[in-house]
Amino acid sequence: MSAPLLQVRQLGKRFGGFVALDGVDIDVAPGERIGLIGPNGSGKSTLVNCICGTLRNETGSVTFSGEKMDGLIAHERTRRGLARSFQLPRPFMSMTVADNIRVPLLYTVAFRVGHHVSKAEADDRCMELLKLVALDAKAARNPRDLTQVEMRKLELARAMAAEPKLLIADESMAGLSHSEVEDIVALLIRLNESGITIIMIEHIMRAVMSFSQRLVVLVSGKKIADGKPDDVIKEREVIGAYLGQ
Amino acid sequence: MRTPVFILLQIAVATALYFILRAADNDYLFFLGYTVLEFIVLATAWNILGGYCGYVNFGSAGFFAIGAYTSVFFYTVGQSLEDLFPENLVGPLQSVFPLPVPVLVVIGGIVAGLVGLGTGYLTLRLRGVFFAIATLALSVVLQTFVLNWSFVGGSRGAYIIPPDKVPIFGPYIQYLFVLMLALVILSLTCARLIERSRLGYGFATIRDDELAAEACGVPTLRLKLIATTLSGALMGMAGAPLPFYIGYVEPGSAFDLSYAVNSIAMPMIGGTTSWAGPMIGAVLLGTLQQIATVTISSAVNLLIVGLLLIGFVIVAPSGIIGLWQGWMRRRKEA
Repeated sequence: MSAPLLQVRQLGKRFGGFVALDGVDIDVAPGERIGLIGPNGSGKSTLVNCICGTLRNETGSVTFSGEKMDGLIAHERTRRGLARSFQLPRPFMSMTVADNIRVPLLYTVAFRVGHHVSKAEADDRCMELLKLVALDAKAARNPRDLTQVEMRKLELARAMAAEPKLLIADESMAGLSHSEVEDIVALLIRLNESGITIIMIEHIMRAVMSFSQRLVVLVSGKKIADGKPDDVIKEREVIGAYLGQ
Repeated sequence: MRTPVFILLQIAVATALYFILRAADNDYLFFLGYTVLEFIVLATAWNILGGYCGYVNFGSAGFFAIGAYTSVFFYTVGQSLEDLFPENLVGPLQSVFPLPVPVLVVIGGIVAGLVGLGTGYLTLRLRGVFFAIATLALSVVLQTFVLNWSFVGGSRGAYIIPPDKVPIFGPYIQYLFVLMLALVILSLTCARLIERSRLGYGFATIRDDELAAEACGVPTLRLKLIATTLSGALMGMAGAPLPFYIGYVEPGSAFDLSYAVNSIAMPMIGGTTSWAGPMIGAVLLGTLQQIATVTISSAVNLLIVGLLLIGFVIVAPSGIIGLWQGWMRRRKEA
């Protein structure tokens, strides 16, 4: 494995007496497609929140692109190339679809390239991203007018606008129909092929299996399996966690 | 419309307004106009934090009073140079004091801006009703401080004697009116620039969803500090000329609840998402209140504000601007 893009070491997080994460180790190589699964309450979202800086981990460390992320707040991590989408879409409701995409361009890309992104540049990039997720026809609409799957696509496009090295897609397919799930999986694979490393958190196993090159399983805040998807799902501990002992 | 054109247009409207009122040859119109303009600045300042960022500030009266009491402080210093400074300093200081009102406006803005910055730091993690209560508490704390500070008059208040006339303008109220017109131009330009800038996008993301904003790379805490500082500074600037306008300031009038209520109600009625909303609300509500004051009684002012606010919250929660935008959208779709 080449030098990891993301290195999570002994990550721990408690909520009062509840142990949400208990010494989790994960390495992610550049360009990888990883599926992160686990039953409800296993700590998947907490792990994402700790990696992205939304929550502070109590123990352990997160290293991204060779730089320690501990102590950096969420927007600083985003600016370094660590983007995420949310489990429940959180569009900026007072803005148009295009302006939702414009925000990361103005605040993340401009910061990274070290100069102001002109209006024309931003407009072009917005439309490019909206075309990628087939939302270009609704650029001037309000997110309220979007369907559930369109909302999920907007969420992904907004994360992509930050031009991330690593994208964490947190349950981007929850509540979608069969064809919509395939649509999103195809989109994520396209994004990965453009060079973005992706961690996909998902409950829909069909999607996870078709997407992932590697599967990581969390149960009760601990990593219980990490490997090729076909091997991982046969592991006794994984079957036990999903189907009961 | 480009910003320089917008500024020139404002100057043209302001000049026309000044000469129309001057032609009416009635100083009361300047007194009335000053109050309305003061409310435009206050409402615009409130809207930078409350409307653009979604942080409701109930302590506007506190920031306004900081401006007023900064003026009182420097006025009192100017009156007591012999008592406060050694003899060799009094001479040079007499050439500086009394400070001109525009300078006091700038100082009032700086002091209120710094208090705004401090408030921002103290309330960084507070949102919604908790933030609103904290700003209200700040206003109460400041009022208590001023009540017990005898140098600026304490509870007995302070008298300011402005000159009757000033060169070029004539009556002093006309000079204050023009000064407030300049502040209106400054605050509206500032609000419009924010609205169309990267800062405006950042503020809107804070209002909509702070977590998502951070995930998009928006430094929400820094932007909140910018908003509290800017908003506080403009409120302080609006308050700085007050002692020269009313001639007597006491904590009860400078920290009057009506400033806080009006600075919230005016943007709500006009619309909080645009620079024009607070201005429309202030002109409408400010004029109505002044008319009510001279025709019915000053006591009905807050009743008018309350009734209008209830009406707008029910009928047009996005304010007049929202109504206008909705009407335009429907027309476009038809």
